[in-house]
Amino acid sequence: MNLQAENVSWSVEAKQIVDAVTLAVAEGEFVGLLGPNGSGKSSLLRTIYRILQPDAGVIELDGANVWHIAPREVARQMAVVMQERTGDFDFSVNEIVMMGRNPHKGMFDRDTIHDFQLVDDALARVDMTDFAQRSFLTLSGGEKQRVLIARALVQQARVLVLDEPTNHLDIHYQLEILELVKNLGVTTVAALHELNLAAFYCDRLYVLKAGRMVASGTPEAVLRPDLIRDVYDVWSEVSTHPLTGKLTITFFPEKVGHRLNGNNKGQII
Amino acid sequence: MSTLAPIQGNTASQSRITQLRFWLLLGGLTALLLVSITLGVTLGPVDIPVGAVWLIAASETINVLSDITSLELNSWVNIEANWTKAQFNIIWLIRFPRVLMGVFVGAGLAVVGVTMQALVRNPLADPYILGISSGASVGAVMVLAFGAFAFAGIYAISVGAFLGAILTFLIVFLLAQSNGRLNPVRLILAGVAVAYFFSGLTSFITLTSDNRELARAVLAWLLGSLAGTDWVELTLPTAVLFFGSVYLVLQARGLNALIVGDETAATLGVDLTRFRRSLFGVVSLVTGVMVAVSGAIGFIGLMIPHIVRLMVGTDHRRVLPVSIFVGSIFLILVDVIARTAFDPVELPVGVITALLGGPFFLWLLHRQMKERGGM
Repeated sequence: MNLQAENVSWSVEAKQIVDAVTLAVAEGEFVGLLGPNGSGKSSLLRTIYRILQPDAGVIELDGANVWHIAPREVARQMAVVMQERTGDFDFSVNEIVMMGRNPHKGMFDRDTIHDFQLVDDALARVDMTDFAQRSFLTLSGGEKQRVLIARALVQQARVLVLDEPTNHLDIHYQLEILELVKNLGVTTVAALHELNLAAFYCDRLYVLKAGRMVASGTPEAVLRPDLIRDVYDVWSEVSTHPLTGKLTITFFPEKVGHRLNGNNKGQII
Repeated sequence: MSTLAPIQGNTASQSRITQLRFWLLLGGLTALLLVSITLGVTLGPVDIPVGAVWLIAASETINVLSDITSLELNSWVNIEANWTKAQFNIIWLIRFPRVLMGVFVGAGLAVVGVTMQALVRNPLADPYILGISSGASVGAVMVLAFGAFAFAGIYAISVGAFLGAILTFLIVFLLAQSNGRLNPVRLILAGVAVAYFFSGLTSFITLTSDNRELARAVLAWLLGSLAGTDWVELTLPTAVLFFGSVYLVLQARGLNALIVGDETAATLGVDLTRFRRSLFGVVSLVTGVMVAVSGAIGFIGLMIPHIVRLMVGTDHRRVLPVSIFVGSIFLILVDVIARTAFDPVELPVGVITALLGGPFFLWLLHRQMKERGGM
């Protein structure tokens, strides 16, 4: 299943948050969405998962406009892991995960053995089996995130949208979650903070700055010191790791960058 | 971590235990409800033998069934009438309808409280606190004072109360928005302000009206009372409670998702706009009808959902049915206290629920502030 956003714009009170952005995710591809805080990553993703109706442009799942498909049908095809605000009402972990079955259930359907099996499997995959009976609100940020990923797994969707899924996570779980998502092999678009992880896991990257798409392509094509300098306002050195063959990026603060570099392109000489 | 997988899945077996406990609880609550109804009918200024309560109910039910089916059921089952005419009148014409009204109103308000708390995602929500009951009272009083909605016949008051309720709910909901989000503090403040305004409006309409009867009726609405219920009045609350609860129970998964968050609900396939609209409708309808028959009985919708969640968790597939029982049992018992504890004075039941509910509200507020470190 492929996902396509074409010329999507969204604004709030005359402020352009997402500005004519085009993005495509092919079947089975893992696409990363990069950009500093406030660059419009979350808003773009929200237009994709149907929370914000774009002012212009279309979002399509396999060529069908998501705003023309029933919400339930969209939820069966696209699962979302977002930054969840915690509320006042508590559920047990397995109840939260079971909610992933909602779009597959009619009014009169009960939870079946199959559903329970899916919940157990999903909890096992995110290493949360022992937490199944725990109250969701008492979990740490990272544990909550893993539970929400389990819920997305249970949803059995063919497109996965992740809004900074590794926020709050220890590095061990950051790797584990991205590894897990990567191995699912489903079409995935993820807003990511950590450039090294993005370089390691993503097939392709898109970079947003102030609502506009400023770069796209393979990590090697996109993650160049001058672009990083332009978008994130930091100095960096990019090299290929001898063991993994993937990019690794080292960041430097302003003064170190200046000392090491005169050409003002962010490239360390 | 790689122990042998259990043959029966974790979640499945846990769910079986939860289900079993749920059904045992419902069984227990059914028994408690029957006991409460019996108590409600028996206790009062005039003593009634317990046995007579259900015998009269049985014999009257058989009579009604015979009339409907035109079978001679009474000749098959013979219940000997060992009660006096006066006892019959008190049991069947006065106390039974009143107790049953307590059942429906208590259940209805509890269900409405559960739904509203999910809808606005705020544990302090309740039709009374958010002013919906006051809005419904204004609608009802306008019918009495100006004869509005005369086309609806005996249901005119309910129609007025429903329209008052839905209008108020919309006003409060819109006032509580800031930056496109529902602000919990604004919600409560808007509700309180609107509640005061509509109470004032109710008094204003009453005091400036030529209708002298109105003052007495209005006092009942402001305080909430089950006194003077007759059988005919029961039909609409029964129907509304039944269809409202069935609808909500069928939407329980949607309510679960909604109480976690709007965006969560949307990404799990809930059509937010439509779902919200229908919940607004159901909440206003049930509140309106309950207020039309019993006035603004406060805090039931606040207290019962919390008590029930402590018993069964947050899953609405369990919370809604259990709330129906706990709400009705609670209101029957409180009404018994209101009728008998301060003999010879009979208090409106709303006075007692307010005396219990006010401190409960403060306790919730305190707990919430402790958890969040301030609101």
